[in-house]
Amino acid sequence: MSHDLLVWLAILGMAAGCFGWKILGLSVPAGVLERPWVRRVAALLPVALLAALTAVQTLTTGSGQLTVDARLAGLAAAGVALLLRAPFLVVVGAAVAVTALLRLAGVS
Amino acid sequence: MLRDSFGVGIAVGVSGVAFGGTAVAGGLSVAQACVLSLLAFTGASQFALVAAVAAGGNPLPGAVGALLLGSRNALYGLRVGPLLGLSRVRQRLAAAQFVIDETTAVTLAQPDHRSARLGFSATATTLFVLWNATTLAGAVGATALGDPSRYGLDVAGPACFLALLVPQLRGARERYWVAGVAVLVALATSPYLPSGVPILLATLAVPLVLVAGRRTARGTRVAADESREEGR
Repeated sequence: MSHDLLVWLAILGMAAGCFGWKILGLSVPAGVLERPWVRRVAALLPVALLAALTAVQTLTTGSGQLTVDARLAGLAAAGVALLLRAPFLVVVGAAVAVTALLRLAGVS
Repeated sequence: MLRDSFGVGIAVGVSGVAFGGTAVAGGLSVAQACVLSLLAFTGASQFALVAAVAAGGNPLPGAVGALLLGSRNALYGLRVGPLLGLSRVRQRLAAAQFVIDETTAVTLAQPDHRSARLGFSATATTLFVLWNATTLAGAVGATALGDPSRYGLDVAGPACFLALLVPQLRGARERYWVAGVAVLVALATSPYLPSGVPILLATLAVPLVLVAGRRTARGTRVAADESREEGR
């Protein structure tokens, strides 16, 4: 199977699954999923996934080896922007700008 | 209320630019980025899927992680559903795609059913139109720029994840523990496993922290009981 086809499969499968979650929530009677442990796990799951995604995408190379480069400085800039309660696009823009400037200055 | 709806819709809707740009920088085509925004329409999962593709290799483990990120929308549906009064299956099918973070926030903030319905539709419409339009703009723009790493666009993905993560850390200390353990698990396994799998493994942080938390809570309770016994 070609890589492009795999990507399309992943896209369509994930989109269908996401719609599945949404329609599930609207369709099951309240009380079935409204249990304390379900809510707790549902609140913690995105925290684990987002933290892992942030770390892996900042600190690993394409092949998964650990590395520190200009991306970490960019992420730090995003962190500062978040502390200052900047809007989403400003946060992302700060990260991109700092990373790009460092690379321009010769830092990998 | 409508001002809230449009405010949230516009503020978040324009972030589609970041998604479109990140998607193309991660190796998706403009069409793939747009289909994701149209059909998945839930930001965090979309970014996660792009991360899976950007890492190269088989994107399917990463797609599972992206799907797990979407599970919170089911809980939103539970709370929003009764306010919207969707009695027919057809109504539920029409509304479902729009049950996401922002529409839920606006809908739950309304004082009555009528304004809840109005707030939901207004936020959903603004957000859907803008998110998809700006995804296209970002994707086309990034394609025109050429090599994404030269402009630092490869850091847009992690910056988005961080921006989505930070508000979710508020509330309980166990969330910091979960984030910390997840980062350690993902980084420690990443050199040895195919991309996407370390992200899935990181979800083990949730049961680990919950079990450890229960142990500690029980330990404290036992200690408290014992000291009470001794005091008597």
